Amino acid sequence: MRFDLATPSGLTAALGPEMFLVAGAMALLLWASWKPESDEHQRNVAIGSIVVTIVTAGLVIWYMAAGAVSGPGIIAVDNFRWASDLLFLLATLMAIALSMDYAKRVGLTIAEAHVLILLATSGMMLLAAARDLIIVFLGIELMSVAVYVLTGIQRRSGRAAEAALKYFLLGAFSTGFLLYGIALVYGATGATNLARIAERVTASGFSGVPMLSVGIGLLLVGFAFKVAAAPFHMWTPDVYEGAPTPYTAYMAAAVKAAAFAAFLRVWIEAFPAIQYDAPSHRALWYLAVVTMIAGNAIALAQKNIKRMLAYSSIAHAGYILVALVVGTSLGASAFLFYLVAYTLATMGAFAVVMAVAPIREEDEQVAAFGGLWRDRPWLAVAMAVFMLALLGFPIAGGMGFFAKWYVLQAALGRDQNLLAVALVLTSVLSAGYYLYVVMVMFMRPRPKDAQPVAPVPRLTGLVIGLTAGALLIFGVFPNPVLWFARQNTLPVPVPTMSQDMPGMIHGVAPGVAQPAAPPVAAIPTR
Amino acid sequence: MRDFLASIGYNGWILPALLLVPIVGAAALYIGGVGGRGSGSDDNLERAGDARAIALGTLTIEFLLSVGLWWSYDPAEPAWQAVVNLPWIGDWGARFHVGVDGISLVMVLLTTFIMPLAVLGSWTSVRTKLRSYYALLLVLTTGMLGVFMSLDLLLFYVMWEIMLVPMYFIIGIWGGERRIYASLKFFIYTMVGSLLMLVAILYLWVKVGNSSTFDYDTLVANASFTHRTALYLFGAFFLAFAVKVPMFPFHTWLPDAHVEAPTAGSVILAGIMLKLGTYGFLRFAIPLFPSAATTGWVRTGILVLAVIGIVYGALVAMVQPDFKKLVAYSSVSHLGFVMLGIFALTVQSVQGAIMIMISHGISTGALFLLVGMIYERRHTREIEAYGGIARVVPMFAVFLTFVSLSSIGLPGTNGFIGEFLVLLGAFRAAPILTLIATTGVIFAAAYLLWAIQRILFNSLDKPENRTITDLNRRELFIMGVLAAAILWIGIYPAPLLRRTEPAATRFVNSVTGSAATRTAAAVGASISR
Repeated sequence: MRFDLATPSGLTAALGPEMFLVAGAMALLLWASWKPESDEHQRNVAIGSIVVTIVTAGLVIWYMAAGAVSGPGIIAVDNFRWASDLLFLLATLMAIALSMDYAKRVGLTIAEAHVLILLATSGMMLLAAARDLIIVFLGIELMSVAVYVLTGIQRRSGRAAEAALKYFLLGAFSTGFLLYGIALVYGATGATNLARIAERVTASGFSGVPMLSVGIGLLLVGFAFKVAAAPFHMWTPDVYEGAPTPYTAYMAAAVKAAAFAAFLRVWIEAFPAIQYDAPSHRALWYLAVVTMIAGNAIALAQKNIKRMLAYSSIAHAGYILVALVVGTSLGASAFLFYLVAYTLATMGAFAVVMAVAPIREEDEQVAAFGGLWRDRPWLAVAMAVFMLALLGFPIAGGMGFFAKWYVLQAALGRDQNLLAVALVLTSVLSAGYYLYVVMVMFMRPRPKDAQPVAPVPRLTGLVIGLTAGALLIFGVFPNPVLWFARQNTLPVPVPTMSQDMPGMIHGVAPGVAQPAAPPVAAIPTR
Repeated sequence: MRDFLASIGYNGWILPALLLVPIVGAAALYIGGVGGRGSGSDDNLERAGDARAIALGTLTIEFLLSVGLWWSYDPAEPAWQAVVNLPWIGDWGARFHVGVDGISLVMVLLTTFIMPLAVLGSWTSVRTKLRSYYALLLVLTTGMLGVFMSLDLLLFYVMWEIMLVPMYFIIGIWGGERRIYASLKFFIYTMVGSLLMLVAILYLWVKVGNSSTFDYDTLVANASFTHRTALYLFGAFFLAFAVKVPMFPFHTWLPDAHVEAPTAGSVILAGIMLKLGTYGFLRFAIPLFPSAATTGWVRTGILVLAVIGIVYGALVAMVQPDFKKLVAYSSVSHLGFVMLGIFALTVQSVQGAIMIMISHGISTGALFLLVGMIYERRHTREIEAYGGIARVVPMFAVFLTFVSLSSIGLPGTNGFIGEFLVLLGAFRAAPILTLIATTGVIFAAAYLLWAIQRILFNSLDKPENRTITDLNRRELFIMGVLAAAILWIGIYPAPLLRRTEPAATRFVNSVTGSAATRTAAAVGASISR
């Protein structure tokens, strides 16, 4: 399959899965508002959303299997896009499943919530495909607006309202940064298309131009806000804590992943030549280190498990930034692999939080997990697996270990030894709070005022079981996921400085897919 | 025997089988327990017998299976034996590659020997959540055995970390009063060390293994770095292993963990897990970076730390009011001897170090078991709470005295052979340090004999001590087996030495690579025959 992106029909066809998803979402939206709110209606719409999601995933797989390619244009048609899409759709499925149980428990009957998830997901898919800064902006807005609403969907909760407002204001602010960055980059290069920008940047040695540097800096800020990298993470804990738990899970897993996917593509495709130039590369390097340290250090002090997981997600943004700093195909593979592990573990962890603390805020305290092992042993064991996976522990933590390993390997392959050591040492720090949860669950008695943990709702249990099972199985036999990550990596135009380390850039193993045709035609050595 | 083993292809499946059997046993625990009852607690003591029996049965099968290695191992053959090499993670070139040499062999056998005794020893002391307890013990067995037989660095690392989780839970759930603190300390200490080792392994893989192999032999053969890099990498490995051993300034987790752990946990910690650290030095840290390990200041520094550990451990043990803590500190002292032997780098001292690793596993394991047995009866470990109980519990007294003497290193017991060889070998490498280390033997006699005197022989002045019951048949059996092992190694160590000698020689030669060691090899060989 080859798409000609210059023609409207080709462009439309290349956006097939997105088109279907949006169309399905629209149809569901009509249906959702057709009938009065009721629990049953809400459930039906949710099932409809799940069907739409699955069909979209089927379409994505079909495009992937058909080996779709395209000429240059505003969107990318490559495996990296499809792989990212599949991850978003997986997270979407789980989020819808969780929100069904959640809605039932708290008596939420807003059927549109499930449709909003679909709309946010379509924005994410656009982000993964974006090869033009304008598309990036569109994708981010489409995704964010839907998520702002989801955060505040529980109108009776003061916390949720606070979180939604905070998220909206700060999000709008950061989008401003992003937009201004786009404008400045356009001013400096005369293009918004990533390939064009790369061409101009490399050809005319623009990297010294202050306008471009400022533009890139503002882009960084915008992205750093969306992926919740320190010091642009301030919104994360409040929003994660206030939002209904299923949507928190969705934000922590999918929203972050989507922003990262776009970030990675922009970074690798638009600025290949200046990646390793000061100061933008240095800025990213420091961003990664600061994020790892701040996320982990502040997480240590958290009492509320949702807040703790929020800071943990910040720390993980730091780890993923390491893969980004590396900026190689290997880094992109590491990113995908990491995302699989991270999505599974995060979704699972929030699902457990939902099962243990469905409504009351007090139950969200880590201390409320005390003695969980006695009450619900399997829930506690699953939570331990998720915690150890986020910690990056082998076997018991499943593929979390290999995920960190992959990132470390990408970093060492680029001689980023200091970054690797920083990653490892901050991981030790994270043991403090992940193990704390495990310790509370297994070694503390149940707090006296705690309500007995209600039986785990079926779908939540399914999500927990599947994520924990997948983590453990891939923790022993990671080969399929490795294949997935390697196969769908982002082809990287080999930067000039790579010559000092031949064989290391793509050197994951013999048989690594070499970039077939770099999107940038040729990079003249400066 | 060897022919029989060869006829059933023993060497082809034994090592994976040893790793698999405990896992199967752990699964069987849960399958056996699920029937009829909800997924609720496994506190059901009526069915406790099942869990214990399954665990004990599994570990006994494990031991019986592993015994064959004793005969199937051919000391004359220099290559790895019982090798199984299967693909694992193709992308990264990691393989499921296991095999044994003389050192691994005795460590594997020590593990499979101690484990069933540890389970039998905590037969009645653990009363809650039995299934999980025994499942964790079984998983732990797999992890420890995996470390001893891995020939692939990724596999090794994974096994190394696996051990951490079961032990963390065993201490944290079934331990004593300060169990949470102790378990967390244990976990964090070990993890800090091992994560830096992870980076070092990755670095080796990228630079030496060309991102395509973790194979031990390949990495050892091709590892060459600038001196500075080698020092950094050695440092990373050193930290991981030194924490585990534990060497002097890194030992503070040990008293907490050993004291708070339940009896079986202490036995395993002292008997087997501490050896993982010294084994790591023998197998990985030194052969991979010989230039760094033999650098003057590094080696001297480690030797000094080892000797400080010997003397310090002994002195601290002497003033402990808690008998379990006393035994814990005596481990610091004994492991100091092992480190001294390893870094003295003569064949004798290395063989001695291996011998201490074995005999410390048996003797200290036995001491912890005895502490556990008396604790179950009196619920105190304070030495002062006892006194004159030899009259009340004669069999306990016999075994405590006997095991203590073996721990001190009385000739004719296992403790003597190892310490003697280490001191003999190390004297040529570092005479002054060895002289200081020798005082450790004297201190050992002092703290143990003094403790025994206060526990067993002083006047029987506390009424609660008059009603302690003596060892029952199960306990007598455990101690009998251990005493037999102590005597056997003490009187006739030649078969053991014969099996470890080639490996020790190879180790020393590969590190020093000089002609000077050849004479030492001759001496070592003459002792072992």
